[in-house]
Amino acid sequence: MKELSLHILDIVQNSIRAKAKLIGIEIMERTNENQLIITITDDGIGMSKEQLERAIDPFYTSRATRKVGLGLSLFKQNAEMTEGSFEIVSEWGKGTRVTAVFGLNHLDRPIMGDLVGTLFILLCSTGEADYVFKHQTLSGEFELDTRKIRQTLDNVPLNNPDVRSFLKEMLKENLELIQISE
Amino acid sequence: MNKIKTLADLKKLQSEVQSKIKLREKGDIPESLVQIKVSMATCGIASGAKETMTYLIEELDHQGIDALVTQTGCMGYCYAEPTIELTIPGKEPVVYGFVSRTKALEIIEKHIKLNELVDGIIPANYSSIDN
Repeated sequence: MKELSLHILDIVQNSIRAKAKLIGIEIMERTNENQLIITITDDGIGMSKEQLERAIDPFYTSRATRKVGLGLSLFKQNAEMTEGSFEIVSEWGKGTRVTAVFGLNHLDRPIMGDLVGTLFILLCSTGEADYVFKHQTLSGEFELDTRKIRQTLDNVPLNNPDVRSFLKEMLKENLELIQISE
Repeated sequence: MNKIKTLADLKKLQSEVQSKIKLREKGDIPESLVQIKVSMATCGIASGAKETMTYLIEELDHQGIDALVTQTGCMGYCYAEPTIELTIPGKEPVVYGFVSRTKALEIIEKHIKLNELVDGIIPANYSSIDN
């Protein structure tokens, strides 16, 4: 994965497969500590102790369609390459939390990339899940909660073409406003 | 600089869109729509599934074609990513491999609009792609 936004899209797929109803995506840029922290939280089915132990093993997957599971291990590797850290906490029946800390200015840190595009895709096909997205920088904070959006939209679907292009613009403008890192 | 969009602006849009929907009075039942599932697992994402999906959504919107574009898991065709599953109402689903933007446009122009199959179909020997 060349971009952190692709990692986010990828890790969120795990939450979707775990039948999560609420998925949290939080990005914190701690400029003073030179840290970029990405946390993805879900209330899905979680993992058993045995599964959790093997979750970051690239040769373990819960899928039947292929024999490798590279998503988490690549994410971990990228975080650790930037003098960061990686943590995964999960409880069967309760949900999972993945936290990756990157060195914000580290030379090896992948770029954030097209974060708006990632969120756009998630919003276009939410299915059953709701998302709470938070992005914090020195310049401010932006939060988007699909539960609030659905409430505002009433009976208009979230993936209505006019609505989604509106949301894309809204994301773009707000992330520019808080000056997120590349 | 333009004003940053807020939920209040979304509310305004909501009422506009709602009246449009009423005007159309068309049952937006998924079964009656063209459905596209983009395989969006690690293998797909690493091969550009995100660009393919964004392109499909925006191009179909642009052409005014009613379609439901969603994401799905790995179909096991990792070598052929990005892959999509296309279902035309009343027909069996078809899986396409190596769907770049160019391929995606070809699929829209030929398969979706003219109902002609396009090169790049992966033979259907699967039953479900939900896992």
